Amino acid sequence: MINYIWFAFLAAGIITAAFTGRMAEITSGIFDAANVSVELAIGLIGIMSLWLGLMRVAEDAGAVRFIGRLIYPVIRWLFPGIPKEHPALGAVLANLAANMLGLGNSATALGLKAMTELQKLNQDGDSASDDMCAFMAVNTSSVTIIPATIIGIRASAGSNNPTEVIGTIIFATCVSTITAVIASKLFARINRRRRRAE
Amino acid sequence: MMNNTGLSSFMNEFGNWVIPVVILIIITAGLLKKVRVYESFVEGAKEGFNIAIRIIPYLVAILCSIAALRHSGAMEFFASVISPFTEIIGMPAETIPLALIRPLSGSGALGVMTELITTHGADSFIGRLASTMMGSTETTFYVLAVYFGSVGIRKSRHAVPAALCADAAGILAAVFVCNLVF
Repeated sequence: MINYIWFAFLAAGIITAAFTGRMAEITSGIFDAANVSVELAIGLIGIMSLWLGLMRVAEDAGAVRFIGRLIYPVIRWLFPGIPKEHPALGAVLANLAANMLGLGNSATALGLKAMTELQKLNQDGDSASDDMCAFMAVNTSSVTIIPATIIGIRASAGSNNPTEVIGTIIFATCVSTITAVIASKLFARINRRRRRAE
Repeated sequence: MMNNTGLSSFMNEFGNWVIPVVILIIITAGLLKKVRVYESFVEGAKEGFNIAIRIIPYLVAILCSIAALRHSGAMEFFASVISPFTEIIGMPAETIPLALIRPLSGSGALGVMTELITTHGADSFIGRLASTMMGSTETTFYVLAVYFGSVGIRKSRHAVPAALCADAAGILAAVFVCNLVF
């Protein structure tokens, strides 16, 4: 899937640029993107280290396992592959909480910690597990409840009521998160059936 | 009006408190459980560098392909093709580029949203819809590249289709609720 999408983005871009006469723009665009990738990754190192350090302290204190036990009943349904008391539970929860609060890079750092834990449970080295797909779908559906950046932009653009979109955002984000859960469950089931048929 | 400024300052205050309080809780729990907090922190933080470096090739692959698409004008062309259909469901043509770019580029989407809001006004229907669309979906491809890249997953299986379904649902829900409320 990702192979076709990747090919399609590049090919569609280059072919369209040939017609629109934007070859120079996409050349510099591609080079800039390569540089930006490195800047983004380097920019993550500090926050990443901070949260991984704090998560380690929380783990050693048993807090991650404690939280994991509390939310296990809900998580078990969403991520059936995570055993009880596994550190992945706490990391997944921490990431979702950070996402809800709109904490950007901190959410990413905690999410990567969760992926590391999920990868330990993954039997199939370079192929994503069902739990990873479910986690990614929920994660990318955006579960923000405090859209601080958006409110900030609205306020600076002179809105009379910058926060009036919170309600509509929460509604739309709930729809997308529910869809994410249903879609990942459904696709996982279809995959399993197809594999059994082979 | 009073109420509203109260709410936004409350949320700012809340945002300022969250991180310090979480840090305090974690280190206190550590100390109570006799964890050597400083050493444990440093041990965990060591991994930060490696993870950040590991995601670079995945980011380069994804962001370069997205850049090719964005700078070519392909999205504007696609938007003009589908605009007659989106008008039917109450989605103004101006907001289509935002819906298309949202899963691809966070900074790009923020730019498009800011431009829509300044051009049409934050309190216009387009401004409100753009804000809602922005808040209810994520930069799917960036997140997928970073998360899977960090653990060396190359076969993403059904993560991409599931995430794209969620994005589409989020956009449609935003259009629906904005038409209903505003």
